[in-house]
Amino acid sequence: MNMVQQESPTVFAPWEDPEQKPLIRFIDVTKRFGDFTAIESLNLDIYEREFFALLGPSGCGKTTLMRMLAGFEAPTEGTILLDGADIAPVPPNRRAVNMMFQSYALFPHLTVEQNIAFGLKRSKMTKGEIADRVQEMLRLVRLEPFARRKPHQISGGQRQRVALARSLAKAPRLLLLDEPMGALDKKLRQETQFELMDIQEKTGTTFVIVTHDQEEAMTVASRVAVMDHGRLIQVATPDGIYENPNSLYVADFIGEVNIFRGHARALGDNRYEFTWAEGKAPFTAVSERDDIPASGPCSLAIRPEKIAITAERPEGALNAIEGTVLDIAYLGSTSTYHVQLPEGQVIKAQIANNRRISRRSFNWDDRVWLSFTETAGILLPGHG
Amino acid sequence: MTRRFSWFNATSLTFGFAFLYLPMVILIIYSFNKSKLVTVWAGFSTKWYGELMRNEAFLDAAWVTLKVALVSSTVATVLGTMAAYALVRGGRFFGRTLFSGMIYAPLVMPDVIMGLSLLLLFISIGLDRGVFTIILAHTTFSMCYVSVVVSSRLASFDRSLEEAALDLGCTPFDAFRSVTLPIIAPAVISGWLLAFTLSLDDLVIASFTSGPSSTTLPIKIFSAVRLGVSPEINALSTILIVLVSVGVISASLVSKRAIIRQRREERAAVT
Repeated sequence: MNMVQQESPTVFAPWEDPEQKPLIRFIDVTKRFGDFTAIESLNLDIYEREFFALLGPSGCGKTTLMRMLAGFEAPTEGTILLDGADIAPVPPNRRAVNMMFQSYALFPHLTVEQNIAFGLKRSKMTKGEIADRVQEMLRLVRLEPFARRKPHQISGGQRQRVALARSLAKAPRLLLLDEPMGALDKKLRQETQFELMDIQEKTGTTFVIVTHDQEEAMTVASRVAVMDHGRLIQVATPDGIYENPNSLYVADFIGEVNIFRGHARALGDNRYEFTWAEGKAPFTAVSERDDIPASGPCSLAIRPEKIAITAERPEGALNAIEGTVLDIAYLGSTSTYHVQLPEGQVIKAQIANNRRISRRSFNWDDRVWLSFTETAGILLPGHG
Repeated sequence: MTRRFSWFNATSLTFGFAFLYLPMVILIIYSFNKSKLVTVWAGFSTKWYGELMRNEAFLDAAWVTLKVALVSSTVATVLGTMAAYALVRGGRFFGRTLFSGMIYAPLVMPDVIMGLSLLLLFISIGLDRGVFTIILAHTTFSMCYVSVVVSSRLASFDRSLEEAALDLGCTPFDAFRSVTLPIIAPAVISGWLLAFTLSLDDLVIASFTSGPSSTTLPIKIFSAVRLGVSPEINALSTILIVLVSVGVISASLVSKRAIIRQRREERAAVT
């Protein structure tokens, strides 16, 4: 295999290698339903063996994007390439793409076994090969004892695995998963996420998953595309999305964030002075973005876990503010403190509960200091 | 709340059912009458059923009726299912609303008008009236009943099942044959049974479209009665009643039981 060419085999990042050819290419794709524009001139490359997540609120166009890959919708404008060939003229039944439906869409009149064999029977495989492949798939999803059952005789989690096995049986170049875990409860969902990653790795199939659950996208995906109103807002690795959101929308959509709106002034060396309230000492922030104005309106986004809480002002802290504890949300492993500033703004700071709760240092109405380093915040141009 | 079976309920039920079924019960009883006089009871006998078996004219008519019912209900089921599929699944094509309205029109159209218009059509295109024209006419009017039954089933059918079939390599026809049809089969079967019984007891449309050589049973009975009711007719009518009731009851049983079961399975399979 020519996969060995990669310089560091431990890091999977074909999108950074200009030599790599993408498996899927969206080129200026627009999709309209009457007056409604579901997708607007979208460009996107997805690489082989990727686990790619399309993330966004409902109605953002992520499902339309997936249905265009499956062949159930055709782009109004633009081209979609699979392996370099335009897929527009290829009907869904001839695409090397399979889909796992949100509703699972298992055939109620067929057994688990027959459901998995359904696609294989429509390929050129012989009876023996089909039987072997069905057994292999049943083993993969650990459903051998249920082969002869009908879909209504197994549990929701098992149905989900049948749907996965059925869509993987034909060894597609690309597997589409439409909210695959939407119908599962939280615990089962987490287990299934790891199982899904395991299966993706074992089969080497390229996965594209549609989800509105950001945690799910972050857990399973190699790259995440955040969508809104038919546009891609940001495409990056999960940590890139979380640590370096390119806009307030992404910062706000992924995880929790505190946003200060103010004015930035360049100090040189990528350092900025950020004025956020009159009569308050400005913050210092570091940003490598080149679109931060030398002097102009900016926002500073800071994750709650990057803010420290102390009783006294920490010595030498560049960015420190004083406030009153308004509320404490105890989440088990962590606690989120809601601290009200004299200006009225409430800042969330998260602390790991590595001590017993009875020994908690701060309580309601305590005066506390919040501090963060100059690299903790994300400086973004404009006020969003 | 207690659901007591009150006197009022009992009375209204008795009257209602008496109103509906007393005439038929009397007819069935008199079909076993020994006497030749229809209104005088002279003891139990099955001799009129025997007479009936030897009556060539009645047997011929019965055979014609059966042929017409079998062929027309089968053709109507195929056409009605196709129409229902096109109307429910065809997306928004031009005139869809008009078409779906038009498919229900024959349900409310008076039989006389249907019969007359078909008669005029057959005359104008020079088609000789006979078994074939009755089959055509019955197919036409029973098709919409099938279409109504099937389209209500299709409307509650999860679309993604068909998409899954396409996704797994089926052509649209293959997807219909191997996924849609098995799932809607109970509705199709009950549509067929409905069409069959409708064709079996139709008098008006058949009398417009039948020729001299092709008399259906209802026409035969009607013309025989005009010469006077014979116990033989009672026997024949009893057989017809039994046939039609079996048809209707099994149609409703098939559709109710199977549709309930399948919906349950389908719901379980998709959630």
